[in-house]
Amino acid sequence: MTVHTTSPQFKENAHEALRDAPLQKALNNMRSGFIERRALAAAELPEFERLRDSARDIKKHTLQHLDLYLEAYEKKVKAAGGYVQFCRTPAEANAAVLSICKARGARIVTKGKSMISEEMGLNEALIAQGITPVETDLGEYIIQLRGEIPSHIIAPAVHLNKEQVEADFRRVHTHLPKDRVLTEPTQLLTEARAVLRERFLAADVGITGANFLIAETGTSIIVTNEGNGDLTQTLPKVHIVLASLEKLVPTLEDVSQLLRVLARSATGQDMSVYTTFSTGPRRPGDVDGPEEYHVILLDNGRSAMLGGEFEDMLRCIRCGACMNHCPVYHAVGGHAYGWVYPGPMGAVLTPSLIGVDKAGHLPNASTFCGRCEAVCPVRIPLPKMMRHWREREFARHLTPAAFRSGLRLWAFFAKRPALYKFATRIGMGVLGLAGKRSGRFKSLPLAGGWTDFRDMPAPQGRTFQARWAKEKRAR
Amino acid sequence: MSPPRNVALFVTCLVDLFRPSVGFAAVKLLEDAGCRVSVPVQTCCGQPAYNAGDRPDARDLALQVLDAFEPFDYVVVPSGSCGGQIKKHYPELFAGEPDLARRADALAEKTYELVSFLTDVLGIERVDARFERAVTYHDSCSGLRELKIQEQPRKLLRSVQGLTIAEMPRSDVCCGFGGTFAVKYGEISNEIVERKTQDIAASGAPVLLAGDMGCLLNMAGKLSREGRAIEVRHVAEVLAGMTDTPPIGGIAAGARR
Amino acid sequence: MTAPRDDILANIRRSLGVSGAEAPRRANVATRLENAPRGLIPARGQLGPAARVAMFKEQAKRAQASVTQVARPQDVPAEIARFLRDRNLPATVRIGADARLTAMPWSETALEVSAGRSDGGDPNAVSHAFGGVAESGTLALVSGPDNPTTLNFLPDNHIVIVSAVDVAGDYETIWQRLREQTGKGAMPRTVNLITGPSRSADIEQTLLLGAHGPRTLHIIIVGEPQPSGG
Repeated sequence: MTVHTTSPQFKENAHEALRDAPLQKALNNMRSGFIERRALAAAELPEFERLRDSARDIKKHTLQHLDLYLEAYEKKVKAAGGYVQFCRTPAEANAAVLSICKARGARIVTKGKSMISEEMGLNEALIAQGITPVETDLGEYIIQLRGEIPSHIIAPAVHLNKEQVEADFRRVHTHLPKDRVLTEPTQLLTEARAVLRERFLAADVGITGANFLIAETGTSIIVTNEGNGDLTQTLPKVHIVLASLEKLVPTLEDVSQLLRVLARSATGQDMSVYTTFSTGPRRPGDVDGPEEYHVILLDNGRSAMLGGEFEDMLRCIRCGACMNHCPVYHAVGGHAYGWVYPGPMGAVLTPSLIGVDKAGHLPNASTFCGRCEAVCPVRIPLPKMMRHWREREFARHLTPAAFRSGLRLWAFFAKRPALYKFATRIGMGVLGLAGKRSGRFKSLPLAGGWTDFRDMPAPQGRTFQARWAKEKRAR
Repeated sequence: MSPPRNVALFVTCLVDLFRPSVGFAAVKLLEDAGCRVSVPVQTCCGQPAYNAGDRPDARDLALQVLDAFEPFDYVVVPSGSCGGQIKKHYPELFAGEPDLARRADALAEKTYELVSFLTDVLGIERVDARFERAVTYHDSCSGLRELKIQEQPRKLLRSVQGLTIAEMPRSDVCCGFGGTFAVKYGEISNEIVERKTQDIAASGAPVLLAGDMGCLLNMAGKLSREGRAIEVRHVAEVLAGMTDTPPIGGIAAGARR
Repeated sequence: MTAPRDDILANIRRSLGVSGAEAPRRANVATRLENAPRGLIPARGQLGPAARVAMFKEQAKRAQASVTQVARPQDVPAEIARFLRDRNLPATVRIGADARLTAMPWSETALEVSAGRSDGGDPNAVSHAFGGVAESGTLALVSGPDNPTTLNFLPDNHIVIVSAVDVAGDYETIWQRLREQTGKGAMPRTVNLITGPSRSADIEQTLLLGAHGPRTLHIIIVGEPQPSGG
């Protein structure tokens, strides 16, 4: 199954995004809120920094022992009456989900938010088999109506304005009166609540993701503010959990450490509204809950990341803080990245999952400002890993040729100080003279990326080392 | 009286090539603080190669710097990003080569960004300079996040006679330079620097200062293209009282284009 | 052809450079699972019983729940009737089989009480929480016939009773108490940690209550916290 991605067209995507006025308006709207709220939440909890260390250490330990924790987890799920299926690829995972749905004659499937299902392309696979998936997270529902993919890992519709949402609701909810007022977010929410309530109750199968899996008890955890995940997993007869391997956490105590940094990093809340721990299907005596509980564990490249340069990326708890603080994400939004995961975490993870030949732009489109690493709750060294990707591209000659030559030419001179001083004395002398009158250049050959948008200040004309040498002689 | 500290000045290629006056300002500040300043033969710290994934060239250039600079007591750099390269990244370049790694660690130990050296190492609390303007200060990313430079330049600026600081909103947000990023992803870089120039203008200050030539060239270039009359200088020039030269991207006072 | 499970585990082991049989690693994992060591617990919830209840109230209100306290379980129905009346809500509630709830004097009020899971038609539901967590104003609810999970999510308004003595400082205390009930290494089918009413900010970052779960969460703390621990 080929992966649908526009990551190779990142630059073109970015170009469109920069000209997309509604998108830019939406991005302006989201910029400061997330940042301020996270800062407040962090400031209000004196232990926050140490909790980040604790969270990092727990994930590190788990990854180092992932095989054993997976075995322990699987045992517990089965003991609670659930099923576990390991899947190497999206194709295997889709087949597993379809098999369960078909066995129950499922026609409608509700979905809590799951980025893994995006990796799998699950909705397309379900539709192809005549099964209707209904996204229930409000943001996911909105983009499902638009045929889009999420542009942010926790706020999927962050790129949209309410006018756009209103237009989509009117277009799709044709059973409702045309003259109804839908201008305010609260009206949109009320309508979505009513429409989706019917779907929740009608669903045959409910599919959720998992923020964490607990080895100690065989438990899956979902974290939401809306309660849609809970309605998705409680009402239908079958609950399917989609999770990638690295969601494992050893114990309830360990997950409590992670929960203390998750919501604070994501939205600035101390805790999300609903943090739900699910273990197996209905118990004897239960009056509600699913009759079947299935966990689909997806690898899709994670096992290969262990023990290598990108292992730290598997610590990610999908809070979205990195993209909330990223100047590049703020400029172009999430869709420009071209696949499931945007922003800094997407820049590091995507090449691992779909190949650096497709996703090569992503780790390059960064200024290494370091804000992402500064706010990551599990202290992933994101810029460092982006640099590792750049190293791999350079070694494989995937770096654009002109750029590579320029760099190597610079290095050639820089490694030969005498030649460097000679060449720069001349070069700067010429440039300095050329720019003396106006102090700046409005255009420079080979530097269109710069001078298309900014002037280039003229050099003073003589190099420091030349003047220093002269001064020393004069002293 | 303690013997003068032997300081090797790593001017950085951008200062060397574009704006030597920053180097001379650094020399003055260091000599006024009682240091003996040398300028070993130097070219580039290797950061462009390092960030582009060209580790071999980055390592070769690092070795060059190591050889030239390690004989001195301190290495001082008027740049957070080159300073950060030497202090934080050189050791990583030699990971797996114990002898070189040891030398790189030793060099990193004694390498400082200029303003941080003056305040954190020499304990300087004020400078002897006059600059009767309002200034706004941009926190360059490497200096801020790798080297924890934020309060130090402001502390020294406050001691400059006649100077007032008008903070811009989001002074700690990237200016969009990112080295080669500014050329490779020019459109995105432009979007980021546009937001930055808006914030600079919002401060109301007629002068912009920062500690990194890369950021300064980027911001000055954008301000100039936008026709904003804001004077851009390296913070060292103001602290050293050496503001007679034309600002970055500007021309001599009174001259006409 | 190897099963995907074996393939994946083999891949993991190959990447980590282990066989999986190493005794020290296995011991590491077994020990951690057995001992379940507590990590860093914030000081915020580490208070005496009365202060814990006060902190719980403060944090729950920050999450947009309404909170009140009554002296005895017998006082609960009247408080619920008052709450519903004040908000102009229908005087009908659905409860589970929780003995603490069924024992309350509902007939002293005009409330219409029905029992069982919710099918989506109930405006109001009443649950009894397993406990509360002062640190974040969070309620812990456990699935089962006593307090069906559907009551937490389907009705428009959710009223939750929590005993003052059950308000813990931190989540870790709740896990310990749960283990005493269900046994180590086991969990009820569902444990809901609930902090405030349902909300969403998916439309233009505007915070709105009542996305899919209840629009309002009203917490009634019953009794006094005991002077000794909890």
